[in-house]
Amino acid sequence: MERRDFLKKTATAAGLAAVTGVVGFSFHNRDTAAYKTLMAKTGTFEIASDLSYPTLALARDENHTAALRASLDAIGGIERFIKPGERVTVKPNVGWDRTPQQAANTNPELVSEMVGLCFAAGAAEVIVSDITCNDARRTFIRSGIKEAAEKAGAKVILPAEDDYVETDLGGDLLTVWPVLKYFIDTDKFINMPIVKQHSLSSCTIGMKNLYGILGGRRNQLHQKIDQSIVDLAAFVRPTLTVVDATHVLMRNGPQGGSTSDVNIENSVICSTDQVAADARACKFLGLIPENVGHIVLAEQSGLGNIDYNAAGYKEIV
Amino acid sequence: MSIKTVRNLRRISQVLFFVIFFWLILKTNFEVTFSPGAGGEIILPYPVSIALEFDPLTALATLLANGTIYKGLLWSLVILIPTIFLGRFFCGWICPLGTLNHWISEIRSERLKRKGRGKIESNRYKKYHRIKYYILFVFLAASAVGSLQIGLLDPLALLARSIGTVVLPVAHTSADGLLGWVKSFGIGPLSGGAQLLYDIFSPLFLTFRQAHFHTILTIGIVFLAVVVLNRVFTRFWCRGICPLGALLGLFSRYAIFGLEKNAESCNGCKKCMLHCQGGDNPDVGSKWHQPECVLCLNCQASCPTGSLKFKFFPNLEKKKDNPAATQKVDVSRRKVIASTVGGLAMVPLFRSGDAFEKNPNPKLVRPPGAVAENDFLQRCIRCGQCMRVCPNNALHPTFMESGLEGIWTPILIAKIGYCEPSCTLCGQVCPTGAIVELTQLQKMGDDNNRPNRIGTAFIDRGRCLPWAMATPCIVCEEWCPVSPKAIYLKEETVVNNKGEEIKVKLPHIDPDLCTGCGACEYACPVSDKAAVYITSVGESRSLDNQILLQRKGIERRTQ
Repeated sequence: MERRDFLKKTATAAGLAAVTGVVGFSFHNRDTAAYKTLMAKTGTFEIASDLSYPTLALARDENHTAALRASLDAIGGIERFIKPGERVTVKPNVGWDRTPQQAANTNPELVSEMVGLCFAAGAAEVIVSDITCNDARRTFIRSGIKEAAEKAGAKVILPAEDDYVETDLGGDLLTVWPVLKYFIDTDKFINMPIVKQHSLSSCTIGMKNLYGILGGRRNQLHQKIDQSIVDLAAFVRPTLTVVDATHVLMRNGPQGGSTSDVNIENSVICSTDQVAADARACKFLGLIPENVGHIVLAEQSGLGNIDYNAAGYKEIV
Repeated sequence: MSIKTVRNLRRISQVLFFVIFFWLILKTNFEVTFSPGAGGEIILPYPVSIALEFDPLTALATLLANGTIYKGLLWSLVILIPTIFLGRFFCGWICPLGTLNHWISEIRSERLKRKGRGKIESNRYKKYHRIKYYILFVFLAASAVGSLQIGLLDPLALLARSIGTVVLPVAHTSADGLLGWVKSFGIGPLSGGAQLLYDIFSPLFLTFRQAHFHTILTIGIVFLAVVVLNRVFTRFWCRGICPLGALLGLFSRYAIFGLEKNAESCNGCKKCMLHCQGGDNPDVGSKWHQPECVLCLNCQASCPTGSLKFKFFPNLEKKKDNPAATQKVDVSRRKVIASTVGGLAMVPLFRSGDAFEKNPNPKLVRPPGAVAENDFLQRCIRCGQCMRVCPNNALHPTFMESGLEGIWTPILIAKIGYCEPSCTLCGQVCPTGAIVELTQLQKMGDDNNRPNRIGTAFIDRGRCLPWAMATPCIVCEEWCPVSPKAIYLKEETVVNNKGEEIKVKLPHIDPDLCTGCGACEYACPVSDKAAVYITSVGESRSLDNQILLQRKGIERRTQ
């Protein structure tokens, strides 16, 4: 072998060895992987309080949309909450593949009326969404909410994988969770729960309805359900809570399945205080708010007033 | 019409039927709207399994197995009767797997054996072509004694299964992965463009949610083998394996249409052999095998002297320099008998084992509306349509859960997806009646009607949070979809690790109310091996696989 040849071949092999070594070392990492989180823009959508209006109003009317308008007008009307050009997210309870009569999901009539009111107040966009338990396509259709909301002009969004953002909820218990972005990236948040019995939290009304903004393994939240609900309520703070108590699911909650589980109450509550709203609404289930763990804890955490009468309550029959 | 035009018509027909087949599988999917009223039946807008119903092999085998031709399977006569007159036109003009094999085979190869003289030789009739007939006899014999194995190798079932449970889910994973990779560069326009392409194409090809299937690998390997073997022998599958091709070959025995060769005008160029699909010896000087010919017409179209002609009542006699053609299937009587005996013996072999009846897997939870296991195995062709259409990805091909006999038949895996109470889609798409069509009322029941049950839930008290870990939960009860709930709670005092007494609600199952839908197992927070799980016992379809003396929803033998 010639010297030139020897040098050439040795240099080539050495060069490749050097590159291999450099690549290996340059990608070496002793640190454990950093956990990426996205801090929430905000979860707070409350408006300034105004003592000239009651905090919550309940209206009873067989015409459900009239009941909604009456109770909303009693606390200041839609213009108080929605300003022209704002983007609004309406969150009904769309949990289960059930019909409106079975009272597992929010009354679609009320949802469409609410969307219509928002547009009447000049909203630029109204989004209706929820993270369902059963298949979202079936649930949104059978609940009647997709049709009703779309007819009123809302954009109905079924959650897709890309739509979640890792969010720091800043709670005592709940910290970083995936949240559907439409519930934080918006101007106003209207929570539209239905009143249902629940075996662990006693009732599913407004604050419990906020479970529906979370993705991930939310079936773990039940292990400390009261604190979970309160953490969520402390994070979200809706502009308005509109409680559908037209049909009330008394048994076999939260999905029911039989109309014999349902009481007809023809009532709607509008409230700027989600604790007071839940405190009033749980009475439809025969509950005393002071016995409902998460409502008590919410008041203790300063989220609202469990004594809804003291908060300013109006009833329109 | 010139022969080249007819050949082009054949090509158009192949593309058309392939597209239709593929489109029907794409549409075997829950993407429908329905009226949300109380009745709210969800009906698929298209007869998505119709392609499978045109399959004469499925019709014949299920007829042998259970004595009937189910619903749309009568359509198969539309294929079978013309075959008697014309020969295997289905294989060359219609069969989507044949078309796929045709295309893959004809991609140019660099191997000498796949070019020129080598290819001419490889397109000659070979002894391995007989294998498909023996496979057919094995399967038909097995069907006749009640075990429908035909679906393993029936081309339409195989293709539907492979596309539905392998190709499309893999495409979904790939598309999502590719999109994520492109976006990871963080270049705005690039990400936007990729997203745009994804948004345009994903509604056409991808399901609402990525589907994940059990034992995808075994199905994928078989499909890959079928496709790749085309690169060794043209249409290896169609020539050597396909039992449907074999059946149609048998029915070509008395065809009145065929190839007439003119030895006088032939110049011996052998161009006819270059692109022969069937491997049936179209050249002058060798024996033409009618049952092998798929009527692709490549031989006639490539003949420069016009010596080959497909016509009615062709002259198949021996002529100077040209041996007589044969319409007989080239199989030996001994081997036909042997394969029939083999097929007959296969069934007792399966059933002398323990998987059938004696020791069935408790996880063998069949779809709602599935008929009793014995009947089920006489009907299911493992086409995978039920798995594809299931909106919750609950139905999966089995691996060994129902023994070797039942490989790739559907099973419900509740950990991945539960059975949606209001859904009846699997019964709608089943082409053979292995899953009967239920109405929503038959599925869910009401005060006066029994629901359809697929099993019963059980609680694993060693893993359940309230039972074993002094931790509140009740998610299973929340998810239980029947009213009144089949999971009931009893509040009891338990002691935690600090010695404190706390109250938790302990879940219990009422087997009389449980339908086995698996929503509890799906929702259980003990995610790797759920603390509440379903097994098949109590399923409506079985008289014997029961727990209770009396249970709502079960017809007992005595009733």
